[in-house]
Amino acid sequence: MNIDAFWIILTGALVAICCSLLGCFLILRRMAMVGDAISHAVLPGIVLAFLFSGSREVWTMLIGAALLGVACTFLIEFFHKKANVSADASIGVTFTWLFALGIILISVFAGKVDLDQDCVLYGEIAYVPLDLWLTQSGLNLGPRTVWILGGVLVVLLLFISLFYKQLYLTSFDPAFAAAIGLSTTLWYYLLMGAVSLTTVAAFESVGAILVVALMVGPPATAYLLTDDLKKMLLLSAVAGIIASAAGYYLALWLNGSVAGAISAVIGIEFLLAFVFSPSHGLLSRRRQLMPVANG
Amino acid sequence: MNTLWEFLSMSDANVRFVTIGSILLAASSAVVGCFTVLRKRALVGDAVAHAVLPGVCLAFMLTGEKNPLVLLLGSFLTGWLSLVIIDAITAHSRIKEDTAIGLVLSVFFGIGILLLTAIQHSGNEKQSGLDKFLFGSAAALVGQDLITFGAVAVLLLLSVLLLYKEFKLISFDMAYARTIGLPVRGLELLLTTLTVLAVVVGIQSVGVVLMSAMLITPAAAARFWTDRLGVMIFIAAAMSAFCGAAGAYVSFTAPAMPTGPWIVMLLSLLAIFSFIMAPKKGLLARYLLQRRLRNQMTRENILKTLFLLGETKEEFGHSYSRQQIMERRKLPLLRMQGGLKALCRQNLVKKDSAGWALTDAGRKEAQRVVRLHRLWELYLTQYLQVASDHVHEDAESIEHVLTPELEKRLEELLNYPTTDPHQTIIPQQP
Repeated sequence: MNIDAFWIILTGALVAICCSLLGCFLILRRMAMVGDAISHAVLPGIVLAFLFSGSREVWTMLIGAALLGVACTFLIEFFHKKANVSADASIGVTFTWLFALGIILISVFAGKVDLDQDCVLYGEIAYVPLDLWLTQSGLNLGPRTVWILGGVLVVLLLFISLFYKQLYLTSFDPAFAAAIGLSTTLWYYLLMGAVSLTTVAAFESVGAILVVALMVGPPATAYLLTDDLKKMLLLSAVAGIIASAAGYYLALWLNGSVAGAISAVIGIEFLLAFVFSPSHGLLSRRRQLMPVANG
Repeated sequence: MNTLWEFLSMSDANVRFVTIGSILLAASSAVVGCFTVLRKRALVGDAVAHAVLPGVCLAFMLTGEKNPLVLLLGSFLTGWLSLVIIDAITAHSRIKEDTAIGLVLSVFFGIGILLLTAIQHSGNEKQSGLDKFLFGSAAALVGQDLITFGAVAVLLLLSVLLLYKEFKLISFDMAYARTIGLPVRGLELLLTTLTVLAVVVGIQSVGVVLMSAMLITPAAAARFWTDRLGVMIFIAAAMSAFCGAAGAYVSFTAPAMPTGPWIVMLLSLLAIFSFIMAPKKGLLARYLLQRRLRNQMTRENILKTLFLLGETKEEFGHSYSRQQIMERRKLPLLRMQGGLKALCRQNLVKKDSAGWALTDAGRKEAQRVVRLHRLWELYLTQYLQVASDHVHEDAESIEHVLTPELEKRLEELLNYPTTDPHQTIIPQQP
């Protein structure tokens, strides 16, 4: 394994862990599509941050996109709760609107913004090793993206381990959580803020689609394998890491996009769990149903 | 103004293609979108849109050329397959629908990207333009596309017209549709197929991400203006067609502007306008209604308080200062002020130097409210066995709602009572 491959797989694995940890909470809250919506809706935030800072300055982009992500969830909630638009329609209306806004902004400021929509949709993880972080003394610290994603991962791990109980309760039993004095709204927006942050940190290297794939795929796979949230978090992180490593070699073999290949591997992982899971798989369900069918 | 005329005259063939294409596409996807939104499957369109890509790539890899019909066929097949898989996952495991949609969407799209990049890197020169399916380019529409769009639009409209009643039934009452023996599975499949068809065709002009807006946004907006399906479909199609033309106009005046995103932008603004301003269902209309009801409650409460104050003195013409009213019943000062003014205007209360007093008309109105309050208290104690010291709160809210018909029924039921559970007199109908 050469050094470039190492960096690419490491980046993929970091994104995979971040996304799949958050994804577990998203799919348990039946909000998988909100993750999809956020990953598209951050586009205008990135463009605006780009315009204000004039460069791909990481922190302004992170802030701009995180704001837009939270604004997107706020709009979805607003249309759904206040204006009585059905939940899925309000997701659909909101993120397409923001995405369209992003593309229009890109075309208006075409000369000033070095962005296009394909980099937002599917990024290019293969370029990660090119953007190195060199200290002033010339010391090579490895790719910049790895450091950013590592930072986000640390923040996420802290967030989830410190507030595991709050996240757990508000996801499974919002009524009980509210009864013991937890603000469901606060935790909802904190979770959404974390989703936006992860999306932005990941988008440049892997693109919106891989973010969605990693947020939904590994957690869904883990959901079919276990009933315990802690195990589910662990399993989905492992599934994500395997997918990013296997995806890299698949892409190498087919000479195609790494992000696309990782999504494809995620699909295969899910398919395996869907059919062979010992507790919730197709085969075991059929076996459980058999006696009833015969009797 | 000149540009508008130039645009409307459509003398330029390219303008003609783009405009008519956008209108056809927008209107036909809006029609199908109405059904997907009503069946609460709005985001399914998003999945289909993403799932089209691997089909396009596979079709190209197998045939090695960019025959539009073959590509359409390929995209249609994978788009359709994605829906079947979503249904299979939700039916045969404990995965919920939103997760299944997200999973299928991203995995199909990922495979599509993998294939597309593999094709691009393979050095086949004919591949350029395949990514039209990714981002769409309405500006690149040509006469050939127009014929395809037109054919699909006619097909969609015809099927919806012919099977209007059946589609309506499966959208609103699946169980009933099954009971009367409609081939529900078949109809669902047909509706799904029509959706896929609309997406596959539309994607070439607005791109993968924005395609779902073409289905969802006009339908969600139109839902706010009407309760009738036929009208809703018509409004959605009209809105979309208008935005399609307007989007084409924007990119005509400023060629750097992309048509698709502008269509979606305009549609979204129209939708947000509808969410807020639509009569009856809109946010504003509902807010105003709420405020009107609240004000009416305040007014009735003021009248009631004046009446109760008078009742203790057995003299209803007496004036009371605001202070005295507030002592008897705590009311928010600001709202009370507005309420008193409104009551004055309605001639239910008159103002003099000592304060506010009920007029004759005001006393009658106050009597009505107090009467309802006490009738309800009596009803709760007699029929629902609620303790008499627990009934006041409930009566406080229901007194503003009871209609004259209900009042009559209550009276009959309680056998024309004269006193309430607290032994106070129930004022008789004036």
